[in-house]
Amino acid sequence: MLNRKDLLGIKELEVEEINLILDTAAGFKDVLGRDIKKVPTLRGKTAINLFFEPSTRTRTSFELAAKRLSTDVINFSVPTSSVVKGESLIDTALTVQALGADFIIIRHSSSGVPHLLAKNLRASVINAGDGTNEHPTQALLDAFTIREKKGEIEGLKIAIIGDIAHSRVAKSNIYCLKKLNAKVRLIGPPTLIPKETKEIGIEVFHNIEHGLKDVDVLMMLRIQMERQGKGFFPSVEEYSKNWGLTSERLSLAKTDAVVMHPGPMNRGVEITSEIADGPNSLILDQVTNGLAVRMAVMYLLGGVKR
Amino acid sequence: MPKELLNKNDIDRALTRIAHEIIERNKGTEKLFLVGIQRGGVHLAKRLASKINLIEKKDIPVGSLDIAFYRDDLNIRKEQPIVRRTEISFEITDLKIILVDDVLFTGRSIRAAMDALTDMGRPACIQLVVLIDRGHRELPIKADYVGKNIPTAISEKIEVNLVEEGLEDRVILEKPGNDGVKKC
Repeated sequence: MLNRKDLLGIKELEVEEINLILDTAAGFKDVLGRDIKKVPTLRGKTAINLFFEPSTRTRTSFELAAKRLSTDVINFSVPTSSVVKGESLIDTALTVQALGADFIIIRHSSSGVPHLLAKNLRASVINAGDGTNEHPTQALLDAFTIREKKGEIEGLKIAIIGDIAHSRVAKSNIYCLKKLNAKVRLIGPPTLIPKETKEIGIEVFHNIEHGLKDVDVLMMLRIQMERQGKGFFPSVEEYSKNWGLTSERLSLAKTDAVVMHPGPMNRGVEITSEIADGPNSLILDQVTNGLAVRMAVMYLLGGVKR
Repeated sequence: MPKELLNKNDIDRALTRIAHEIIERNKGTEKLFLVGIQRGGVHLAKRLASKINLIEKKDIPVGSLDIAFYRDDLNIRKEQPIVRRTEISFEITDLKIILVDDVLFTGRSIRAAMDALTDMGRPACIQLVVLIDRGHRELPIKADYVGKNIPTAISEKIEVNLVEEGLEDRVILEKPGNDGVKKC
């Protein structure tokens, strides 16, 4: 069982807990394929989406996951709330909890905010992305998608490509895939790869052609346009030329290699449309699986007496 | 000391009789669909399908149903039930569903199973097969086909062991030890 109140990161999860979440998600995926895509599992519970950073897909995914479980869900939209009047983070969260929230799903630009809330609240806190720290449900849905396609994750050569240093998605994925015994490698310019990765047994390639050889899974990252002009890479065009995924580059990987992207994509920058919409792409599977995985997380955190 | 209620042969004979009863009551096998409740019920449903096949020379589809999402005790349990696969790959509307479970006790699992099935469609009917009916119903639910009725004390525990789970086929009754906790 998942003996936790909160899901804050992959770092603190045991392998058994990761596998339990993935197995449970498979059961919820069955439900999503039916005419009636809703189960009464968590009826009477309330979830609050507390997003301090823009997000469409993650917020929508959590909202729909809650609704599919018969949980009531409220989107707490920050620009119109008292946060603009200077209400402190904890006060905002306590207020939301006082409204009867069982789940607080939080995204914040500062790392560690979900952990702070988890300590101060009775409700289950789910991290939907905190600063450059973690985005655990993205890593879980990625692992679920790989497992669904490839059968097993152990032993697969998985490349994560792009701006790894600033990516909470990459960080959660590295924790998750290493725990599941995949052979993880990072590909990107030296300015965008954290220094400490080599020490924990992860291969690093500063040349995409070398890095993609014989790879089973390619995980592209979004190049964060807001980082342009800050000295990490000279220009979008230059980045695209050196690190963008093209058909020629994809052909260096295994013939049955799959391509993933957490979205939103910069088509023509880190990935060509031809690949994003092509037969190797799992990008839309990731979106569907995200729902099943988020339902599983809510069920495992909330489906018990505390 | 656990007491053996049914051995391998007893279980087999009970299933053979139930297979005949299903065919008799439904006047053949048309539109029949066997659905086992995870996990014990799934094994028994498969056994019934092969027995019906031996008698009628017809293949009956078998599905599996997990009821975790429909339980009524999620808020009072200390552990979440493990979610297993539900494999019902086609439209169930207008089919005659033969729902199979190993032990009928409070009836709450069957209530959950019926809710799950009616969310998937509108079957022509649902009939219930259980290997053991141990009494103590908490809901107005009754089995259509019963392997054996076994009056029990509420504190006793019934265990159905099956070869599909790596055990020898048998049904055993355990008297309460120190933890006479009611289990479904």
